Order: sequence, then structure tokens, then C-alpha cells
Amino acid sequence: MHSEHKRPSPVGRAARKALTALLAAGGCGVAAAYQASAAAASGAASRINDPAAGWDHLWHEVIVDITIIGVLFALVMAWFLYQYRARKPGEVGRQPKLSPAAVIGWAVIPTFVFMADDFYLAANGWKLWNDYRDVPADRMEVKLEAGMYSWDYTYDNGVKTQNVLRVPAGKPVVLRMTSRDTLHSHFIPDFRVKEDSMPGRVTYLWFYPKEPGEHIVSCAEYCGVMHSYMAGKVIVMPPAEFKTWLDQEHAKLTPADKPADKSADGVADKAPAKAG
Amino acid sequence: MSFNIKEWIFTTDHKRVGVLYLIGSIAAFGVAGIAAMLMRIELSTIGPTITSNPTQYNVWLYTHGAVMILGFQIPALTGFFANYCIPLMIGAKDVAFPRVNALSVWLFYVGVILALLTFVVPDPPDVMWTGYPPYSTITTGNTALYSFTVLVLGFASIIGGVNFLTTVAYMRAPGLKWSNLNIFVWCTLGAFVLQLIFVPVLGTAVTLISFDKYLGTHFFDTASGGDVLTYQNLFWFYSHPAVYVIFLPFIGVVYEIVATFAKNRVFNHKVVLWGGIGGIVILSGEVWVHHLYVSGMADWIRIGQMVTTLLISIPVGLLVISLAGTLYKGAITFETPMLYALGVLFLFLIGGLTGIPLALTSLTLHLSDTYYVVGHFHYVMAVAGTFSIFGGVYYWFPKITGRMYSERWGKIGFWLTFVGVNIVFWIMMTVGVKGMPRRYYDYSQFPQFQTSHQLMTLGAAILGVGFLIAVLNWIIGARSGKPAGDNPWNSKSLEWTTVSPPPHGNWPSPPSVEPDWTPYSYERR
Repeated sequence: MHSEHKRPSPVGRAARKALTALLAAGGCGVAAAYQASAAAASGAASRINDPAAGWDHLWHEVIVDITIIGVLFALVMAWFLYQYRARKPGEVGRQPKLSPAAVIGWAVIPTFVFMADDFYLAANGWKLWNDYRDVPADRMEVKLEAGMYSWDYTYDNGVKTQNVLRVPAGKPVVLRMTSRDTLHSHFIPDFRVKEDSMPGRVTYLWFYPKEPGEHIVSCAEYCGVMHSYMAGKVIVMPPAEFKTWLDQEHAKLTPADKPADKSADGVADKAPAKAG
Repeated sequence: MSFNIKEWIFTTDHKRVGVLYLIGSIAAFGVAGIAAMLMRIELSTIGPTITSNPTQYNVWLYTHGAVMILGFQIPALTGFFANYCIPLMIGAKDVAFPRVNALSVWLFYVGVILALLTFVVPDPPDVMWTGYPPYSTITTGNTALYSFTVLVLGFASIIGGVNFLTTVAYMRAPGLKWSNLNIFVWCTLGAFVLQLIFVPVLGTAVTLISFDKYLGTHFFDTASGGDVLTYQNLFWFYSHPAVYVIFLPFIGVVYEIVATFAKNRVFNHKVVLWGGIGGIVILSGEVWVHHLYVSGMADWIRIGQMVTTLLISIPVGLLVISLAGTLYKGAITFETPMLYALGVLFLFLIGGLTGIPLALTSLTLHLSDTYYVVGHFHYVMAVAGTFSIFGGVYYWFPKITGRMYSERWGKIGFWLTFVGVNIVFWIMMTVGVKGMPRRYYDYSQFPQFQTSHQLMTLGAAILGVGFLIAVLNWIIGARSGKPAGDNPWNSKSLEWTTVSPPPHGNWPSPPSVEPDWTPYSYERR
């Protein structure tokens, strides 16, 4: 990507050209992401974009990007080290003095190459970010209160569990999180997501469990002496099994524990919970 | 050179103040390094290994982070190198305020002693180097010790900053233009500008947690209307620029070494000053939210600072291109300082590029607070900075002591360390991507990572031996090395024009420079 040290001869022209092309490329990327976000916000996208799949995709794209840059730089550097090693004692370097045009070219062209790559990555990162933050309408809401050192989940029908979050396969799950003491961070590596919980605020994250199975939950924000033992798990169940389990747990509740006007399936069709 | 302890303690000579900074910071490096080794040994098996008390492990973690950054890297770079080199590089007799300079090194020692008290007090601080509330305000650990250590070291750094800005502004040799100053001088000035702007913010933050914990205020207590996120913002508003306070001087040291051992002019010197260093200084205060990507900040600022964070690649890229260009048509030799400088380039290339996924907010939702982050910042800042410090000490060793170190042991030490750090931190990044969270005393939840942890422990042992060899090499070289002569590297920079070691006052008569002189004009004479 860098024809290192070939002096850019018609610097002004080349720089202008590159500038226009790269700005256009970067601009297109940002515009595309913006459109995508607008589409998602208006509910035009009926399909659920799984952030975990998007994460894996973007991660591989970025790894390819940085590997190419890194290998190019390393090869140029290694070639220079070999080619320009001192052959006899007292030898000095003979680097030509740059002309004013070359000085500007060597500043402007790399700047726009890097900027184009930055904007391209930012556009993709922003698009995925929208997937992470726009919770699908058809979802299950669970409240989470984190504390030293446990994860306390409350389903909409009043059922409470500790350190084990059971969810049905095929339905997005959103956690509305707070903390009763220090900072914690609900990290589910398999779903590529975490978000801190803290006293006095409600934060959220969502994930999309597609298949039945078990997934580790870790605390990712240092919360105290036993931080590394603050473990939990997400158990994804077949939907029918999940409903049976939730109904059974609901039946065990005393009337005082049951919220007044909630259906028993744990699915919320109301506005997101507010802090408080 | 007769040794008189009183002359050293009460010295106002910038070179001796610098050496005092070096001794103190290498001692701090030793302590923090031992803490790291203890953690690596602890992590070599699942469950308790050498301590069954997680608090003990957390105290090592606190010590390693806080002491490495506040007691080793910042003082070594802005204390030792700045003190020793800047007056010599600008042709001055000393700094502008020699007594203030002495005060700053005294304060630095007070700070180091406060940090070492961690091992003595009954309830040592266990708040990591970040000190986040609410934990830091409710722990039984001694948060006050953390606050005072930060405040004392921060104050030492601020008065150092005032001193060096004044020195460079008013005490340059006749004829020495700003644009012809060594790149290291420019880098250090950039770092001190950042310290002067941002240290007070950190001072505020750590003062307020102590107020909350000991005086019953409610700055971060949500039950009484406080807000925990405020601390994180204040802390990182300083601590991200602090990364550049470390980065700028260390890349400055690398420039001096690479130009000298390539015997070449610096490629695109002016763009390095205005685009590279200037760009970093300007952008440094606009990216702190990337440390708070999963902390519950507003969505718009998490996206806005993703873009500013990615743009950091521009000034950094200009610096890396310029360093590569400095090798072009050079006459390169590979003495120990040059190996360390090239090592920095390699580590920094990996560290910088692995930072790009972390700049993307959405990728960080998975990567944040994992070993990936820890591996990345050790590559980009911790180890690259440490290699630069070691390379710089080797490079100016003949000037400081008048003697030569052992080239053979220097190279052995370098290669051991280089291999060791790559084992440790490459593996660290790979287990991080797979989900290993940081700051874990026990990873029984992730038994599949045990082999990786054991390899990291092995790598840590190798790099520890490498660093030990380097330090021993200096001690032996300073006592009984061969006389080095005044300018063993045939450098053009001003500090090599005086005798080694330079006397008090540096030159018998102040040097003056030709109008077309630069520290890197090799081909003309």
C-alpha cells in the first residue's frame, strides 16, 4: 500500500486525486452505515441481526486489514535493515533531502490512506454497533441485579433465579441491569457481549440465543476480592421446555411475589424499564 | 569520581538528579516486576498456587500496575531521560530551576516510598491502578495510600514540566532554532504539556475518592445523589493522555537511537514535529471514552470517540513511516541500543495494529476487560516503553558513566527479553479473544486455558532473566567497563560534544551551533 520512498513525482496532482478518491470511499462507507441504522430504527429490517455473528464477521475483516498493514510495514523495514546495513566502518547515511513537495506528499498521502481505512472501519463498526444497541421488538426482558458476588435475575412474571439464566431458544433476550454494591460486568463470551452494571443506573445488553445449550457468564469488571469467582451460566432451552419450567417456578411463588398484571410467559410488550 | 552520598542527595546538577530518577525508577521496576512474577506463578495452576488469599493476588496486581506506570515508566522517561538529556541536547549548563528540580526528585522518592508501604501496612490498597469507586470507597484496603501516592508523584511531575518548558524556551545554545531541536526534546515537551493539562484532573479524581471514603462525602455515592461514572471519566481523562506521556518520550528515545545507528537524517523531520507529535498532543484529550466502551456511557459518545480513536492512527502512522524512512539509505549497525530500538518498532507495530479492533466500539463489547486488552497494552505501551527505556539507558550509558557495557551480554539480555515478551503477550491476546477475563485470581471457570497460562509463566521467567542480565550489565559496566571515549557512536547530537561523564555545568564554555546544524546531519561533515 505504500510505495515507500519512491518520491511522489507530480505530488500535487497525485495527492489531490488520492484525496478525492479516498474521501469519497470513506464518505460512502459512513453514508451506508447511516442508512443501515436509519433502516433499522424505522423497523424496516424484519430479520434479526445477530450481533454475535456480526462480531465474528467484523473481527475477521479487521484481522485481515491489520495483518496486511503489519506485514507490509515489517517487510519494508526488514528489507531496509538488510539493504542499508553498514558495509565499512565510518560510513554515513545518504538519505536525500526531501523537496517541499515531497515533504507535503509524504504527510498528506499517508494521512488520507490511513483516514480512508479509519472511516471504512468506523462505518462497519458503527453498523454493528447499531445491531448491538437496537433491541428487536419481539424479545424477552429479564431484570438483573448484580451484587458481590452473584447474578440475580428476575423474570417479568416475578420468578427469580441466581447465577443461572434460563432462556428459550430463538428469542432475543434483553437484560436490564443494575448493581446493589460495586461495579460488575455481565460478560457472555459465547454471545460476544458485555456491559457494566453499577448502582444508581440501569444499563442493558441483548443477545440472541438460537440453539439450546449452555454458555459461561463471567464478571469482567473488577468488583472485589472474590471477583474471579463471580461465575454464572446461560442455559438455552427448547421453547416448550422453557415455558413448562417458567410456569412451574411461577406456581411456586407466593402471591406477594407475583407482579400484579403480568402474563406468565415472561415476554414483555411494554416500553423498556426506566432507571429507578 | 569519588562518591559522597550527601552530594548526591542535595545535588542540583540536572545529570545527578536524572541518575537519581533512574535509580529510583529501576528499583520501582524491580518491585513491580517481582509482583508480576508472583502473579504469573500464582496463575500457573488453576485454583490457589502460592497463596490461598485472593486479596494477596489483588495487592500484587495493584502494585504491578500502579508502580510500573507511576513509579517506573513516567519517572524514567520524563524524569531520568528528560533531566539527563534535555540540557545537554540544547547546549545549556543546567535546567532553569535547579532547586525545583531537586525538589521534584525528592517528591518522586517520597512517592516511591509511599508505594512500597503497600507491603508494610496492615490493609494494603487493592483497588488496581484505576481505583474505581464504589469498590475503592468501601474496601477495607487502604485507598488513602493510593491517593497520596498518585498526588505526590503527580505533583513531582507537574513541577518537572514547568521546569523543562522554561528550560527549553529560554536556555537553548546561541543559534539553536526550535525546529532543529532533537526530536526527543520535542517529544518530551509534548509529554509535559499533557502532564500540565491533565494531571490536575487525576489529582481531583483520587482526592475525591479519599474524601468519599474517609470524610463521608458523596461524590460517587449513588444513594446520596453521587455518580460512579464521573470518577471513570475523570480518571481516563487523565490516564489516556498519560499513555502519550509515556509514548512520546519513548518514541523520542527511539528516534535518537535509530538516527544515530543508521547515521542518517530523520525522514520528514518537520512532519514528525507538527503532524506526529502535534497531532498526538491535540488528539490525546478526545479519546478517553474508549476506556469506557462497556461502562454505560451514552451511545453517541461511544461512537464519536470510536472515530477520534481511529484517527490516532494518522499521527502514529506518520511517526512509524518516518522511522522506517530514517533507515532508508542509511549505514545501519546493530549494537545493543539499536536492537532495543528495533524491538520497540516491532512490538509497537503489533501493539498499534491490535489496538485497531479495540478502537471499534462494537468489537470492544466482547474484547473489553479481557486478556486481549492486557496483551495489547503491554505490547503497545508497557513493553515497548520498557524496551525504549532499556535501549536509551544502553545508548547514553557511555555518556553517563564514561565507560562501556558488555556488548555480548547486552545482546543476550535483549534476545531473551524479546523472546519472553512475545511468548507472554501474544498468548495473552489469543486467550483474551477466547474470553479470558482480566484481573482473575483463579480461572477455574476456564480450565481450557491452563496450558496457555503455563506458557505465559514460562515466557515471564525468560523475560525476567533477560531484564536481570541487562541491569547487571549496567552495574558491572559502570564499575569496571572499558573507558568509552566522549562519542563512541559518532553521533552528531550536542550531548556527545562534551566529555564523558560531563562535569557540573556540562561544557567549559557554552557551545554554539551553525545555522544549518541539525542533530542528524551526518552526510555533510
